[in-house]
Amino acid sequence: MGDTLKTLLMIAWLLPLFGFAVEILWGPRGDRRTTRWPAWMAVACIGSGFLCSLSALLIWGSGTDWAVLQSHDSHDAGHAAPSDTHHEGVEPQEHPAHESAQQNPIRPTAPVRANDAARWHLTTAADGHASDAHQNAHTAAGHTDSPSDSAASSHGQVPLVYHGTIYRLAAFGSLILSIDYYIDSLTLVMFTMVTLIATCIHLFAIGYMSDELTDEYVDHFVHTSDGGHLHRQGRFYRFFAFLSLFCFSMLGLVLAGNIFQVFIFWELVGICSYLLIGFYTERHSASTAANKAFIMNRVGDFGFLIGLMVIWTWFGTFQFSDLFASLPRDDAGRVVTGEYGEVALALPDGSSKQIPYTLLVVAGLGVFAGCIGKSAQFPLQTWLPDAMEGPTPVSALVHSATMVAAGVYLTGRFYPMFVPEVLLVIAYIGAVTLFLAATIAVVATDIKKVLAYSTISQLGYMVLGLGVFGWAAGLFHLITHAFFKSLMFLCSGSVIHGCHHEQEMTRMGGLRHRMPITAFTMLVGVIAIAGLSIPGLIAFSGYHSKDAIVATALAFIQANPGHFLLFLLPLLTAGITAFYMFRLWFMTFAGEPRDAHVYDHAHESPWIMTLPLLILAPLAAFCATGGEDGLLYRLLAGSEPNYVAAGVSSTASGLTLPGHHAIHEVHSTAGTWALVAAIAGTLLAWVLYGTKAVRVEDMKRQMAGLHRFLTHKWYFDELYDALFVQPVHQVARFFAWIDRTLIDGIVHFAARLTVLASRWDRLFDELFIDGLVNLVGRATFSVGRSFHVVQTGRLRQYVMFIVVGVVALFAVLFTTFPR
Amino acid sequence: MQPSLSGYLLIGAVLFTCGVVCMATRRNAIGVLMGVELVLNGANVNLVAFSRYTTLGIDGQIYSLFIIVLAAAEAALALAIALNFYNNHLTIDVDKASSLKG
Repeated sequence: MGDTLKTLLMIAWLLPLFGFAVEILWGPRGDRRTTRWPAWMAVACIGSGFLCSLSALLIWGSGTDWAVLQSHDSHDAGHAAPSDTHHEGVEPQEHPAHESAQQNPIRPTAPVRANDAARWHLTTAADGHASDAHQNAHTAAGHTDSPSDSAASSHGQVPLVYHGTIYRLAAFGSLILSIDYYIDSLTLVMFTMVTLIATCIHLFAIGYMSDELTDEYVDHFVHTSDGGHLHRQGRFYRFFAFLSLFCFSMLGLVLAGNIFQVFIFWELVGICSYLLIGFYTERHSASTAANKAFIMNRVGDFGFLIGLMVIWTWFGTFQFSDLFASLPRDDAGRVVTGEYGEVALALPDGSSKQIPYTLLVVAGLGVFAGCIGKSAQFPLQTWLPDAMEGPTPVSALVHSATMVAAGVYLTGRFYPMFVPEVLLVIAYIGAVTLFLAATIAVVATDIKKVLAYSTISQLGYMVLGLGVFGWAAGLFHLITHAFFKSLMFLCSGSVIHGCHHEQEMTRMGGLRHRMPITAFTMLVGVIAIAGLSIPGLIAFSGYHSKDAIVATALAFIQANPGHFLLFLLPLLTAGITAFYMFRLWFMTFAGEPRDAHVYDHAHESPWIMTLPLLILAPLAAFCATGGEDGLLYRLLAGSEPNYVAAGVSSTASGLTLPGHHAIHEVHSTAGTWALVAAIAGTLLAWVLYGTKAVRVEDMKRQMAGLHRFLTHKWYFDELYDALFVQPVHQVARFFAWIDRTLIDGIVHFAARLTVLASRWDRLFDELFIDGLVNLVGRATFSVGRSFHVVQTGRLRQYVMFIVVGVVALFAVLFTTFPR
Repeated sequence: MQPSLSGYLLIGAVLFTCGVVCMATRRNAIGVLMGVELVLNGANVNLVAFSRYTTLGIDGQIYSLFIIVLAAAEAALALAIALNFYNNHLTIDVDKASSLKG
C-alpha cells in the first residue's frame, strides 16, 4: 500500500511542476496570447493530480476500513480505565534514521492490535510486505509493550504512517538533506482537498481571467502620466503557470517528510504568493501588497530558522519520524524531564543527549513563528487583507484555502514537538487573532476584505483548536474552512466579475436577482461558516468543526479556569462571525440596489465560473457530515498523535490538556452555546441589514470612535509604521545625513586634493618637460635653417666647395701629422 | 730610359687639376662631364703607376679597370640626364639647374 500511495501522491505532486514548465516556456511564444491552452493544461495537470490523490485516499480508506480511531465507544472505554490505559512511546518509529525506504528491512516496531489489521506501523513503505509485517508484528518483541496489553488499550494505537526517502540531496557531515515523504491520513486528506479545490479554482479562473486573453489589455487601475490607462500584453498563460507552480509547492509542502523540506516548500509557496499578489504588477497597491506579504512572512520565517537551528543542533536530524521518536514522553504523554529540567533525547543514532527544556520551548515557538507568519496570525496578520490585491482566484486558492492553512498544517504535523507551554502560546495567539480579525470584518466594506478578515479569524480558530489540545478539531476546521471559504471567495469573484470589478459592498445590493446561482451558493457558504444548524436535523460543515474547537476550548478552561478567555473569545467570535458573514450576504445580494449603474450592468457569470461554485457548494455544506462520527473527522483523527486522545494532566507548568473524553462531555454544552451565539449574530445581521428596522448609518454615527478604531484595523498598520517603519526611516535618514556630510565630505576633500595636485603637475609638465622638448626641437630647426644658404643649387660652386674642402682637409692632415 | 714614378704622378696631377678646373668653370653640362672624365683618368694614371712602381702588385690595374667601366656607366647616365634636362629647359647650362636649392 505504501508504495502505491507514494507513487500516486508523487504523480499528483509533480504533474503541476510539469505543467508549470510547459506553460512558462511555451506560453509566451509568438501570437499565442489569445489561446486558452495553458489554462486547460493547468487544469489537466491538477485534475489528474486530484484523481491520483482521490484514489490514494480510497486505497487508504479501503485498507483501513475507514474506521481508524476513536469512536465514541472508545472514549468511554478509555475513560473507564484510565489507570490501565497504557500509552506506548509516542513515537513508534525507532532509530536509526532510515536512509532509504528501499534499503531498509521491514521493522514493525510497534505492537499491533490483534483485531485490527490496519494498526501496524511500517518503517518502510513496501506494499508487498505489508502482510508480512502484520505477521511479524505478533512475533517480534515489542519495544514498549506486548500485543495483548496494547489490545486492551483503546488510546495507545499508533497512527499508521508511511515514510521514507525519495531522493537524497546532500550530506554535510551528519546533516542529511533529502526529499522525504511522510504519508498519513492527514497528508492524504490535505492532498485531496488541495487538488480538488485547486481544480475548481483553475476552472473558475479560466472564466475570471479571460479578459487577459488579449494582446492589448487595458488596466483601468493604472493611470499613466498622460491621463490614459496602461496598455500591456495579456498574461493569461503566466497566471496559470504561477498557479501550477503554487500547486506543486503546496503539495510538496504537504508531502514533505522532514522539517527542512517543509521549509523549502514553505518559501516556494511564499514566492508563489508574492508573484500572484503582485500579478497586476503595474498597480502600485498590488506591488506594495506583494512586498508586504513577502516581508512579513520573512519575519515569521526568521523564527522558523531559529527553530530549525535548535532542532539541528540538538536533534541532529530533520526527519519528522526521527524527531518524534527522539522526544521521550511518559505513559501519560508528558515530556519526561530530569531533575534540572533537562530532557534526555533518544537520538536516532542510538545515543542519548540532554537538552534543556527551555530549548524545546524555543524550538517550538520558533517553528510556530513561521506558522504565525504564513497563517497571518496575530501579530503578523496585517499582510493578508492587503494580499487581496491579487486576482480573486488567487485569494481563493492561496490566501484562504491552502497556503495560509499551511501554517496550521505544520502546527498539526509538528505537534508532537510542541510542549504544553508552547501550546498555551499557540492557543492565546489563536484566540487573540480570531477575535481581532472578526471585529475588523464587521466594519469592512470591501467584499474581499471581509472574506480576508474572516479567513484570518477562522485560521485563528484552527490555531486555537490546536493550542487547546484539539489536534483533530483544528485540522478538521482547516479542511471544512478550505471548502466553504474557497467557495465564498469564488462567489465574491463571480460578483466582482459580474459587477465589472466593483468590490465595494456599499455599491451593491439586490444582486440575487441578477446572479441567482452565485447568491445561492454564497448563502450555502455563509451558513456553513456561521455554524448554523437545526440540531438533530441538518448541520453544515462549519457547525461541526467549529463546535469541535469550541468544545475543546471549553474542556480546556474547565481544566484550567485561569485561561477562561480561551473559551470566551471564540464563543463571542462565533456570534460575530455569523453577524459579519450575513451582513456581507445581505449587503451584496439582498435588499434594494444601492447603485443603479452597477446593478444594471451586473450579470450572472458564465458556466465555467458557476460550475466550480456548484461543485464546491455541496462539499462546503456536507463534507463534515456526521461531525465527529463522520468520515472526514475519523480519517483525520487516525493520524492524531497517540497521547492526544487521553489528554495530559498536570504538566510541569500546571496545565491540564483535555482528552477526548473530557471534550466529549462538554460537547453538547459548548455546541449549544456556539449555536446560540451564531443565531444571535445572524438575527442581528438580519435586523440591521436585512430589514430596515434600524438605520445602520445612525449606529455608525453613535459609535463613531469604535467604528474608526475598527476601520483602521485596530491601528495595527499605524502601530507597525510607528514602531518599525518610522524608526527605520529615522535611522536611515541619520545615516543618509552621515553619508552626505561625513563620508561625502571626505570623498569630496580627497577629490579636491587630487585636483589641486594634478593642477601643479600639469604646470610642471607644461613648463619644464614640454619646455625642454620644445627647446631641442627649436635648436635643431634653427641650425637647419642657418645651413640652407649654402645649398645654392650651383653645380660649379659645389665642386669648388669639394676642392676647397679637400685642400683644407689635406692642409689639416699635413699640419697635424707632419712627416 | 725608364720614366720615373714622379713623371706619371705629375701627369696624373695635371690631368686631375685640369679636370677639376674644367668642372668648376664650365657651365656647359657636357664640359662638366668631360672634366669628370679627366679627373677619373688622372686617378687611373696614378693607380696604374703605383701598381707598376711599387710592390702592391696588380691591384691598382684591376681597380683602374673598374673605374673605366664605372666612368662609362656614369657617362651614359649623365648624358641621359643632360638630354632630359635639355628636353625640359632647352639648355644644358648647369647654372640653370638650381631648382633643388635650399
